[in-house]
Amino acid sequence: MKLKGGVIGLGKMGISHAAIVNAHPSVDMVAVCDTTTIVLDVFRKFSKVKLYNNYVKMIDNEKLDFVVIATPTRLHYPMVKYTLGKGLNVFCEKPFCMNTVEGMELEKLAQQKGLINQVSYHNQFVGTFRELKRLLKAGVIGDLVHFTGEAYGNVITNDKGGTWRSDPKEGGGCLLDYASHVINLIQEIIGRPVKADGSVMKKIFSSAVEDAVYSLLILESGLSGNLSVNWCDETYRKMSTSITVQGKKGKMICDATEIKIYLNEPNNRENLDNGWTIKYITDLAIPVDFYLRGEEYSAQIDHFIRCVLNKKQTDINSFEQALYTDRVIELIIDDSKK
Amino acid sequence: MKIMDKVLFGDNQFFAVSHMSDEKSREQAIRFKDDASIIKVLDHAREVGINTFMCTTHDRISNVCDHIRDNPEKYRGFKIYPCMPYAHKYANAVTEYGYIGTIRKYIPGNLFSSFAKGGLAYITKDFISLMELLVDAEMKMFKGVATPVIFIQNVLVDLILGLKMFEVFREYDLYIRRKYKAEPGYITMNLPVMYDALESVGIKNPIICSSINKIGFRMSGGKELYEKYLSEKTFRPIAMQVLAAGALSPKEAIEYLSRFPRIESVLFGASSKNHIQETKELVETYLVK
Repeated sequence: MKLKGGVIGLGKMGISHAAIVNAHPSVDMVAVCDTTTIVLDVFRKFSKVKLYNNYVKMIDNEKLDFVVIATPTRLHYPMVKYTLGKGLNVFCEKPFCMNTVEGMELEKLAQQKGLINQVSYHNQFVGTFRELKRLLKAGVIGDLVHFTGEAYGNVITNDKGGTWRSDPKEGGGCLLDYASHVINLIQEIIGRPVKADGSVMKKIFSSAVEDAVYSLLILESGLSGNLSVNWCDETYRKMSTSITVQGKKGKMICDATEIKIYLNEPNNRENLDNGWTIKYITDLAIPVDFYLRGEEYSAQIDHFIRCVLNKKQTDINSFEQALYTDRVIELIIDDSKK
Repeated sequence: MKIMDKVLFGDNQFFAVSHMSDEKSREQAIRFKDDASIIKVLDHAREVGINTFMCTTHDRISNVCDHIRDNPEKYRGFKIYPCMPYAHKYANAVTEYGYIGTIRKYIPGNLFSSFAKGGLAYITKDFISLMELLVDAEMKMFKGVATPVIFIQNVLVDLILGLKMFEVFREYDLYIRRKYKAEPGYITMNLPVMYDALESVGIKNPIICSSINKIGFRMSGGKELYEKYLSEKTFRPIAMQVLAAGALSPKEAIEYLSRFPRIESVLFGASSKNHIQETKELVETYLVK
């Protein structure tokens, strides 16, 4: 028996999730929901899937096993709450919620109901970042000294236009959008920050939201590192995310395409020479059966579907993890107001 | 049916697309800052006998097209295979302006009004016409340049494929043949699923461009399934990412392709004349047609 899935929100991410879910051999995507008429009209003309412009009706009318929620961040809380309340598993876009009060309630609810919950921090399914995490755990660069987490891209390049991403009430802005990815990577690969210092939120072209975020993040161990994110950087063709970690025995620089490893002395167990070694995504990508825009987008849906089928939650991209990212976001906001 | 050249020259290197290294992308962006530097590499490719340039509908290609139009003698017999759309342009626009705002931005104003049947409200109900207008907008820069095969890019192909809106492919196929007297082509990261989808809407012997390489990189569904389709199905395969983003040596990469006699062409991009020549010669040697 195939799982029955529904998708709420058919914007850039939602439509991509819908295509991946729909192509999944274990899933029957029975319904989608959006409020944009033109998008629903396209589905009406070319697809057999049932259409809704009201998510409550979709959830009430259809017998679903899970729902993908890819709406503006402000709407995550009521939608996830309703979906969990009806006993359905949830895959939610990032960032999780507008604040940690909402997030804590949802996390608790998912726990109580024993439902599968996952948030779309897709970088956790990029082979290079996974390898970075593994190598750090294996201690290849020794005691850590410093880290840098960066993301740059060209989302906003002038002061014209604007969608929900430029509206702070909807959950717009670079901190929730771009920076949340980097914070999530830092917390899962290096460690969970407990303090933010020297945080700056800069407007470049936007009038209501920040376009860049700079902060010093401090972990419980005392290790600290920089967060540097800017979505107005025209020198990047698309979003580019990277993590650099400096240790006493070497350094690693990792992005979605490669990891550059520098070691002071060879590491035989990992078969790494001293000096530079480069590992490429060609050897590290997670194989998928259907590809759209990157293996990671399919791999994260595969993971979610597997969890639903096995009725077993993992800690990868769980609500609990995403809630922690929201917590760090609050630390940065509070610190920037000091 | 005109057979395609064995070697198609790609454009990723010009627009800072490296599947293996962001750093390499940046170096390329610096090197190909001027259009003249792009044209110089294209001329190197022509000098070693490559006559087809397969490229995205990136804004800067329109300058390359100007150059080709201005030098008809020099570029006699030279063909371009356009691949549309340049997806980041639209994806960024959707993020910045929303769906309707993006349509407004990319459907030229005069086209918009000449449609004259109620403007946006009408157009957005008639998706086939909308698709045709968007294709025309993308094709404008190639006017007067030979474009015997016109491709849809993989991001869009695979999105339509995942959503199972296969009728869109049929409409595209009809329009490209009718309006441009050209052969439609499809770039995909999901060759087996795509072949089945096209077959289901009656598209026979299609041109499909996909990753085909010895290590199975970006061959979704697995290398074995790809090999089965390449051996058993009737279509016109173009192999791309044959070097698996640099993980394979050119010789071993091209040798692998020779196992599949149906492969009609190999798409590759390179910046140095030596590298272009070396790969071209390997393809000519190993690819039987």
